[in-house]
Amino acid sequence: METLVNGKQTVTKTETMTGAEALIRSLLAEGVETIFGYPGGAIMPIYDALYNYKDQLNHILVRHEQGATHAAQGFARVRNEVGVVFATSGPGATNLITGIADAQIDSTPMVCITGQVASNLLGTDAFQETDVIGISMPVTKWNHQITDASEIPEIIAKAFYIARSGRPGPVVIDITKDAQFASLEYKYQKCTEIRTYHPVPKIKKDKLKEAAALINGAKQPFLLIGQGVLISQAQEVLRKFIEKAHIPSAWTILGLSALDNEHPLNVGMLGMHGNYAPNVLTNECDVLIAVGMRFDDRVTGDLSRYARQAKVIHIEIDPSEIDKNVKADVPVIGDARQVLEALMPLINENDHSSWLERFKQLHQIELDKIITHDLYPKTEGVRMGEVVRHISEATKGEAIIVTDVGQHQMVTSRYYKFRLPHSNITSGGLGTMGFALPAAMGAKVGRPDRPVVAVIGDGGFQMTIQELGTIFQYDIPVKIVILNNSFLGMVRQWQQLFFDRRYSFTEMKNPDFTAIAKGFSIESKKVTKREELEQGVKEMMLHPGAYLLEVTVEKEENVFPMVPSGAAISDIRME
Amino acid sequence: MNKTKTVTEIVDSRNEVRSFNLSILTENKSGLLNAVTIIFTRRKINIESINVSETEVEGVSRYTIVIESTREKVEKVVKRIRKLIDVFWAFVYEEDEIYYQEIALYKVPTKVFLDGDNAEHLVRNNGARILVIEEDFIIIEKTGHQHETKDLLEKLKPFGVLEFVRSGRVAMSKSTRRTDLFLRELHNHH
Repeated sequence: METLVNGKQTVTKTETMTGAEALIRSLLAEGVETIFGYPGGAIMPIYDALYNYKDQLNHILVRHEQGATHAAQGFARVRNEVGVVFATSGPGATNLITGIADAQIDSTPMVCITGQVASNLLGTDAFQETDVIGISMPVTKWNHQITDASEIPEIIAKAFYIARSGRPGPVVIDITKDAQFASLEYKYQKCTEIRTYHPVPKIKKDKLKEAAALINGAKQPFLLIGQGVLISQAQEVLRKFIEKAHIPSAWTILGLSALDNEHPLNVGMLGMHGNYAPNVLTNECDVLIAVGMRFDDRVTGDLSRYARQAKVIHIEIDPSEIDKNVKADVPVIGDARQVLEALMPLINENDHSSWLERFKQLHQIELDKIITHDLYPKTEGVRMGEVVRHISEATKGEAIIVTDVGQHQMVTSRYYKFRLPHSNITSGGLGTMGFALPAAMGAKVGRPDRPVVAVIGDGGFQMTIQELGTIFQYDIPVKIVILNNSFLGMVRQWQQLFFDRRYSFTEMKNPDFTAIAKGFSIESKKVTKREELEQGVKEMMLHPGAYLLEVTVEKEENVFPMVPSGAAISDIRME
Repeated sequence: MNKTKTVTEIVDSRNEVRSFNLSILTENKSGLLNAVTIIFTRRKINIESINVSETEVEGVSRYTIVIESTREKVEKVVKRIRKLIDVFWAFVYEEDEIYYQEIALYKVPTKVFLDGDNAEHLVRNNGARILVIEEDFIIIEKTGHQHETKDLLEKLKPFGVLEFVRSGRVAMSKSTRRTDLFLRELHNHH
């Protein structure tokens, strides 16, 4: 596109091209460099157009469309940019749904382009026709079907604007095959406004004042870090904020890595398998400041016994999250960084050392009862925690860590010492097993300059194991650590604790994972003994390419502390 | 009456199931009806009545939805609806905050009107009118609240009702707000 300024008139030149090419050009105009996708009949014109732009757009052919969505999520989360996915109609599109739902609940910006049968075949049960718009509607931030090629530039601009702005989320654009073939006059204009959509609400001054007054008057303030801190790039101002007011701060699983794990005010993880002190003291603080989080049930436990004594300040960009689960005394609706920046001059320097001391005291109990044994066990089997400790030490806490879902996810979140932001990639809200391997792939493509380590259980690994093929083909140097207990460990733990040890279909007979890696020419090693562990992790990190490290861990390890489902968080169990 | 009881009453009124009217201003976009209704489906809230129409502002539609639920739930649902990209705003009203009407049509055999004055009296005394007279049937139209249109149905039944249909509710709030000015204000506010 070329814009000529002719006196007062702006004349925009257009070019005639196919819908398929217009799509590719629109993606380039949005700054897209990488696409994760899988071709098929209804998206072939787009793939054909892509062939001419191979030098400008890096397309990664995954092995299953679900892998494309998780890879795009990993990419989006490490870059704080929109991840892009291509898939064909019918099964190609339905295979995206899990990843789209995951991106929706975890607020990940993603644009999925799906091919669709020609518009005259819509509704006829044509080959590979499915109602993608209908199916994806409940799990997208926005979706739209294009049947007219001339719509393409405007709709793509809108899609990217919606996906990345405000509370981010996934957008699906379904393009019929005839619209891909048809010609249009192409010109591109970025979308900066939609009249029905106000992604970043203006902050109300009176609410800021009320919040500051509460914070300044607090004796036992406590701050909760959600993913909104990372999305809005508020990590720096957040650190200054908590240092100025001297507020102990804990994090949700998606808020992890927003605050250096070694920071003296970082008091750990919230929720079901979080740390003892922050859970117990949530029910003792006098002012609770929640930043960019949604009070998920895994964080709050029983709502009727959650922080009832505290005044709650809820800083959140999405008004529908206010009062959804926890009633806010002072809701501050707005972008987390903008709110914290506006609050900074209003809050007083303070000292809450004796309150912080309470966290340390309680943490000592957890250290004695749980952590020391997890990290430095004297018992026979290898514990998941010590594996994570070795990864943390070998990478100096500077790796991007991608986890799957289950026990290993909780253990990794608890024990990896994150030093850098945007480094923890996991499926938080949806709890999607199979997330980690493709997400790690996407994260590594997004940040080739940083080490990426995927920690995965033996169950989840086998859900998207096919993506080893993608890692092989594109030589993506991710490190894969399988914590193998031959069990679906988290479910087994619940069966042990709440279902009378009736291990109903949770034990797994696993293949030789190193042999599978060998098939994909991926270097691998299996570690079964503690003595081999440190060296194994070091070797993996030193190896220049992709690497699979299988560690046989204790078969029936349990993750503690634990807030049983439906219990109050202060009733957290240590055993 | 002591203070505690008042608080209890407030809590009770938030958890009491009653009728709520949602009035939603939207873009006129295909597929949006589905996006709106699945928000209720997901929460297992039944839609009692729904009506979509244009407004006096070009390109802007109004959804009028009646549901039976609690204040607590309705407020969450309304916030979720406001989040839809193509929705300008959603209002929630209780019955005493609106004026509303529904329209009902009744098809009865024409011969009923030929057999004496009873049927004609019924129409006249119930604020209904005759919409059309065909050789075989007459269509009667009545506007009113549900109990009124239903009442007429019961009265017509002895004459033999061939068909009955009632529209969704249309409602207007008691405020003097102008839609176009409200939309402008909403835009400037953000």
